[in-house]
This record gives sequence, C-alpha cells and structure tokens, in this order.
Amino acid sequence: MKVLVPVKRVIDPNVRPRVKADGTGVDLANIKMAMNPFCEIAVEEAVRMKEKGVVTEIVLVSVGPAQAQETIRIGLAMGGDRGILVQTDVAVEPLAVAKILAKIVEAEQPGLVITGKQAIDDDANQTGQMLAALLDWPQGSFASAVAMDGDKLKVTREVDGGLQTVSLSLPAVVTTDLRLNEPRYASLPNIMKAKKKVIDTKSPADYGVDVTPRLSVVKVAEPKKREAGEKVADVDTLIAKLKSAGAI
Amino acid sequence: MAVLVLAEHNNAALNDATAKTVAAAQAFGGDIDVLVAGHNAKAAADAAAKLAGVRKVIHVEGEAFSHALAEAVEALVVPMMSGYDAFFAPATTTGKNVAPRIAAKLDVMQISEITKVIDASTFERPIYAGNAIATVKSADAKKVVTVRGTAFQAVASTGSASVETAAAPAGPFKATFVSEELQKSDRPELASAKRVVSGGRALASAEQFNQYILPLADKLGAGVGASRAAVDAGYAPNDFQVGQTGKVVAPELYIAIGISGAIQHLAGMKDSKIIVAINKDEEAPIFQIADFALVGDLFKIVPELTSKL
Repeated sequence: MKVLVPVKRVIDPNVRPRVKADGTGVDLANIKMAMNPFCEIAVEEAVRMKEKGVVTEIVLVSVGPAQAQETIRIGLAMGGDRGILVQTDVAVEPLAVAKILAKIVEAEQPGLVITGKQAIDDDANQTGQMLAALLDWPQGSFASAVAMDGDKLKVTREVDGGLQTVSLSLPAVVTTDLRLNEPRYASLPNIMKAKKKVIDTKSPADYGVDVTPRLSVVKVAEPKKREAGEKVADVDTLIAKLKSAGAI
Repeated sequence: MAVLVLAEHNNAALNDATAKTVAAAQAFGGDIDVLVAGHNAKAAADAAAKLAGVRKVIHVEGEAFSHALAEAVEALVVPMMSGYDAFFAPATTTGKNVAPRIAAKLDVMQISEITKVIDASTFERPIYAGNAIATVKSADAKKVVTVRGTAFQAVASTGSASVETAAAPAGPFKATFVSEELQKSDRPELASAKRVVSGGRALASAEQFNQYILPLADKLGAGVGASRAAVDAGYAPNDFQVGQTGKVVAPELYIAIGISGAIQHLAGMKDSKIIVAINKDEEAPIFQIADFALVGDLFKIVPELTSKL
C-alpha cells in the first residue's frame, strides 16, 4: 500500500511568535522554521507501517514556498521515499490545500493519507477532514493508535471524554494526535541519503486549484497581557488571599 | 438569516458547549435551529428546546449518530444547509471532527475556534497557540464556524422551542464505531468546571498524580487537568490535557501544580480568572502569568493545602 503524507513548514515550536507592529500578521523574518510537530508524527507513523511491511511507498507532499523543500527533505531523511513540492508564496488555506491533495491522491492512488491533526501556526485543524470529505473517504481524526484489521483500518481516537475506536474501510484519511508515536531523529547517513531522493516541483495551477484565500486578515493583534501577580510565602497566606479574592 | 447549530450531547444529556455555541450564534444573528442527531436522544433534544433564543430543534435518530460519526453527520447536514446561511459547531473533538467535512462539501473555508463575532462575516480567533489574535473576514456565501466555549456565556434554559423530527440519511457509512473507553468520574467536566486543579511532570508518576492532585480537586469540587508532559509520561489520561492541542479551559480558579508553563500549556488556561502556581523552580514561566505564586516542594505544599481547605 502506498501512503501519502502531507507536511507543513511552520515556525519552530520552541520559538515564541511575535505579532508584527503593523498588525498584519506574525513576524516570520529570520525566524527558525521546522516541520509541524503533528506532521512529524504522521511521517513517523508511515515509516513504522513501512517497517512492518504494511506500506510499500511513502510519498511526502508540501504546499508552500521554495523553502518547504527543506521540510520534505527532513521527512525523506526520516524514511520517506520521494516528495512533491507544490510551490506557491500564497499562504494557502486548508480548503485549498485539501483540494490540491485530492488531485494528488487521484494521480498517486494511495491507500492511506496520514496528516497532522493541526498546524501549530494557524491552529485550524481542518485539512485532513476536508480531504476525506472531498474524496468521500472515511476518516480517523486525532489518532493515538492505528492498526490494520483484515482489510480495514482500526483507529483509536483521542476524544473529549477519553478514547474512541472506529473501523475504517480503505482508502482512508488518518490525522495524528500527540500520543500516536514519538518521531525519530534522522541519522546523518539517512540525511545524506535523503539528498539523493527525488522531489518533484509543481504549482497549484498544475492541479487546477485556485488558492486565492477566502478569509482576509483584517488584523492580527497581541492577546491581552496577563501580569505576574504576587509571591505568597506559605499555604496559610495563599488560602487567605484566595478567600479575600472570593475564589474559595 | 438562519443558523444551524450542531448540538454536543451524549444522547441522555446536552453538553454545556451547546448553550455556548447558541450564544455565539445569537451574536451572529438570525434564526437559530439546533440539530440533535443521536440514538435514543429524546432527552437531549428536549433539553436543547429549552435553550433561550432557539427557533426549533431538529431531532434525528439513527444508530450511526450514537457516537456522532463524522461521515454520517456530514451526510445529514450538507443537504440541510440549503436552508441556512451558517453552520455553527462547538470546538469540541466532535465539532472539530465533523465541521471541516461539511465546510469542504459546501466549498467554504471554515473559521475555527472563534472567540468573538464582530459581524456576520468577521470573527476573532486565536492563532499560534493564542500568542496572536487574528480578526478574519470570510468571503464565502455561507459560514462554517467552530466556537471556543470559554469565550461565550452559555444561554439560559428558559426557552420552549418546538422539536421536529427529520429522517436520518441511509447508510452504510465507510466508518463504523467499534468501542469507547470513557473516563468515569464524578468530578466536574474539565472544559466547563468552575475550578480546575492541574498536575505536571513534577508529579513524577501516575500514583503520585492520583495521590496528590485528586484529593485537592475533590476538596475544591474541581475538575482535573494535566500538562502535555504529564499525559505523555502516562501520569494522567489524554482527556486531562490542557493546552493548545488539548482542552481550553477558563475556570474561576486554576491551580497549576508542578507545571513549568510551556506556551502550549498556557494557551489552554491563560484566560482563567485566578491562576495559582505551585512549583519549586522560581524561574518557571508559569509564575509570569500566575496571580498567586507559591515556590516550594509540591509534595509538602499540596497535602497541607488539601488539609487546611
């Protein structure tokens, strides 16, 4: 079975984002970028399925600027086989990404698409579910365990009350939650090998998808600041303070 | 204008997130209908009919709706949307699972986790783990929105809307429910609890998490939360996680115990009214947003606090 894994280039999760002074967005100039952590988990899951012999080929896709090629290279070093970069400088919204992915699925015919559940920049949590809908495929979102079960895929999902397990016919879309696995670090030999792997460069127009955003950003602002309060010396003082604040 | 609100419920009872989503729909404007799709869910439908400001409740029965399978809810909602200008769902795991499918089928770009309605096409929503608040304007004819519950005050249960029944779409669907493992607890639900006690990595084991965090929570009648580090380490179950990718809470009182305060955790709790932090590391980032900071050994402080309350 072939697996398609979309990966997104985002701000490094350890970097604190700063809002631009003119309120047009978050300042990404000279900021360290990385693969979205949930996408790393998706790549790792695909590689593990390949190691188990369930998966034969892993195709990585990124929709983004030329530098997103580096993000694909990281995934190739983790164990991906080849990449497709859909290059554009537009900040492509989840709906348009899902449409591009749907076209790539038509061409590549994977049995499974594994996406991260959300990107840590726009926090949208939409692309995987949208792709599943556009393809009329079932979905296992927020997955914490994935296993083949005959010709079905059993997905355990992290839901508000605990865990839910669903059975999906294939092909299907899975979106990853944090506990699905712990992604590996690429070894130096694998990083070297990944440099020789093929990345095809395409454009959204190659897939006939209009990536013009549907949402316009009116402004981006800092959230209300919360000031540090006071240090309390001991438990008795804490209880007294909470009582006078009406909290207990 | 008319808005269709997806009810969050467990068939027997309506979740508080529904009343908060109705409040957001009121700010948007127009007639509000609430969809209760479930299995033996008459009680939930009757509760939805009592929500203030609701025009009518549409009650749909079907086995595929017993666990709100996204494929089934999409098949139900998409044809209904010809009569509505907007679809609002709570930003719960159910809403987040279902809404993007409906948006994609309607060719609409969803607006996720709104915290404010500015007008019928403009909304505020947090991005970058709440480190920035974006105001976005939608150019789509219909709106598909998920609503962050902590940002809206639940509407009262003073209404008396009519309940209509509608037919369920024919299956089978490509996904089927297998099983669920839900945490059974008498404690308040984390997302809507007035008080929350959360534990972090410093608890060092599941046994100590239970031994130190739970009695304090019970003394305060609080919900129990955890940091991602504590959940990843197996000290607490996944549904306890508070943060950017877990639950977002805004209780009257939030007590963070042994939590350093990574930005991903702060994203889930910094709108709490009063924050107490207990940590032995004076430099822990959690202290920068805490109203009351107690530096010291949690294994001494927490039992003392529990016994003196």
